[in-house]
Amino acid sequence: MASTPRAQALAGAEVVRRAIQGGRTDWRSIAFQGLLVGLLILTLGVLAWLLTVVLVNGAPVLADRGVDFLTSPLASNPSEAGVGQAIAGSLWLMAFVAVLSFPLGIGAAVYLEEYARDSWFRNMTNSVVRNLAGVPAIVYGLLGLAIFVVALGDFVGPGPASGRSLIAGGLTMAILVLPIVIITSAEALRAVPGSIREAAFGVGATRWEVVRSHVLPYAAPGIFTGTILSMARAFGETAPLVLVGAVIGGFNVQYDSVLETLQGRYTALPTTVYDWARKPPSFGENVYAAILVLIAVLLIVNALAIYLRNRFERRW
Amino acid sequence: MTAIAGQPPRLTVADLRGSIGRRRRELLVRVLFLTASSISILISLLIIVSLIGEALAFITQVELGLLFERGWFPRRELFGLPTILAGTLLVAVIGMLVATPLGLGAAIYLSEYASPRVRRTVKPILEVLAGIPSVVLGYFALQIISPTVVDTICPGATEASNLAAAGIGVGILITPLVASVAEDAMYAVPRSLREASYALGARRRTTSLSVVLPAAVSGVVAALILGLSRGIGETMVVSIAAGATGGSLFTVNPCQPGQTMTAAMTALATGSDQVRGATLAFPSLFFVGLLLFVFTLVLNLAADRFVRRVRIRY
Repeated sequence: MASTPRAQALAGAEVVRRAIQGGRTDWRSIAFQGLLVGLLILTLGVLAWLLTVVLVNGAPVLADRGVDFLTSPLASNPSEAGVGQAIAGSLWLMAFVAVLSFPLGIGAAVYLEEYARDSWFRNMTNSVVRNLAGVPAIVYGLLGLAIFVVALGDFVGPGPASGRSLIAGGLTMAILVLPIVIITSAEALRAVPGSIREAAFGVGATRWEVVRSHVLPYAAPGIFTGTILSMARAFGETAPLVLVGAVIGGFNVQYDSVLETLQGRYTALPTTVYDWARKPPSFGENVYAAILVLIAVLLIVNALAIYLRNRFERRW
Repeated sequence: MTAIAGQPPRLTVADLRGSIGRRRRELLVRVLFLTASSISILISLLIIVSLIGEALAFITQVELGLLFERGWFPRRELFGLPTILAGTLLVAVIGMLVATPLGLGAAIYLSEYASPRVRRTVKPILEVLAGIPSVVLGYFALQIISPTVVDTICPGATEASNLAAAGIGVGILITPLVASVAEDAMYAVPRSLREASYALGARRRTTSLSVVLPAAVSGVVAALILGLSRGIGETMVVSIAAGATGGSLFTVNPCQPGQTMTAAMTALATGSDQVRGATLAFPSLFFVGLLLFVFTLVLNLAADRFVRRVRIRY
């Protein structure tokens, strides 16, 4: 029998626990917890399933053709078709996003968080931005189609592109991610405590000096993480590009200058996936290989963002 | 009063303002930032203008009776809205049937049951799932879900692509969104409420379902509304897996191929050379887009309103 005081106490606790539970096992609680675990495992299982399918079907093509697949242009023969043009197009689109949305988005966030007082302008802009972030991506495609392709077509893509040029796609993408950049940057700015600003104001800094030398450096990791993630979002986005006329099919043009490239036709990695997905089954392995490239890029970018967040995150 | 010798000269406001150059730079920076933040308003105006212009052109030219016919064949000038509305609703509902149990289950488990270590591991994995592009899920739905899951639900489904496959794909896509918004809401419920419940002898299950879930109800409902809104606006999964190219007959059978609003738009656009030629097909694109914009806007505003109206402040 129980001899030490500790053992006696434990035995006592056991008796009380039995009395409360009525001596029965609580099957319903176990079933509920099992259900929750099951649902979570199902969710994670779908992800694992998807990644496995992509890897198993896509890896052989990449292993066989290697660099050739990554650099070849679009073609009607699956064994020759590659994602070279698609990768180039996607990189161009990312350049548009980085050059246009990042400065504009961060600037807007700085104004909303640091400059604007609690005025109607700030409230209105805040709610406009929040709602813009919830607008389906395809609606941005319609915006791009109406404004850039049709209205400004002669300017952004004269000649054979008839408006459906890289500029139109890039501007559409930049507009699409702008609200996300604003929201994530504003959150990062808000996380910088007011005392930092007050210290700078206290020694006579102007508002811009406070922002430049104190607020932005402290908010930078958060802003970078947010902008990287929004870039990843743009990298995988397809629907608006389909509407503003990323090439479906193939195109076979050599552009001589940067301007010609910008005003010419283009395609992107996700639109190539979409295009090939609707082709005959002989393209099946190519689709998986292109998806593998797409997901690999996204995983690397996401991992980078998470690493940056963990590395530089600051708790106040 | 006479001046006391040795007293420093009196400062005026002008002395405190600093140099003119500094003030001018300050103003310039301020105007730049103001311009940047005005651009988002400009964008929303552009969206509304570009949608409404063409949508009006469509609605004034089309025979209104045709809008309520069954069947969506824009190339033949048959614009039956019930067809694409039914398809959209069907896909969104199937998506929610998948995403609600998966998302809420994951949220309750992560917020109430999981150890910190499990939480730290699983949340980034869910973020990865959230980051999978929709084209990828569309192809997965068409190639993998349709022959396995859908064939079990709909024996004798003849078409590889159908609304059920698209709906399940959309459900997988919005599960991480539902899970993360709902989990945030439940995790934000203060510990004291849980402790009070445990002190009364409640089990963990009772505490989760009867204390934490009701306390977080505004966030949970918002998560579901946002998921629905995302499901209605989801494009690529449906374009790839729902099976309608160009036109579609009216159907409410999920085992059949069908057309949604979003897929109707990409279908119109991928025949882009014809879209410009055909008289009504091009403006119809914007009319459908305007409807979609209004639907999702209403849902998003509802989610926002719900969070504010029902939120309990602790």
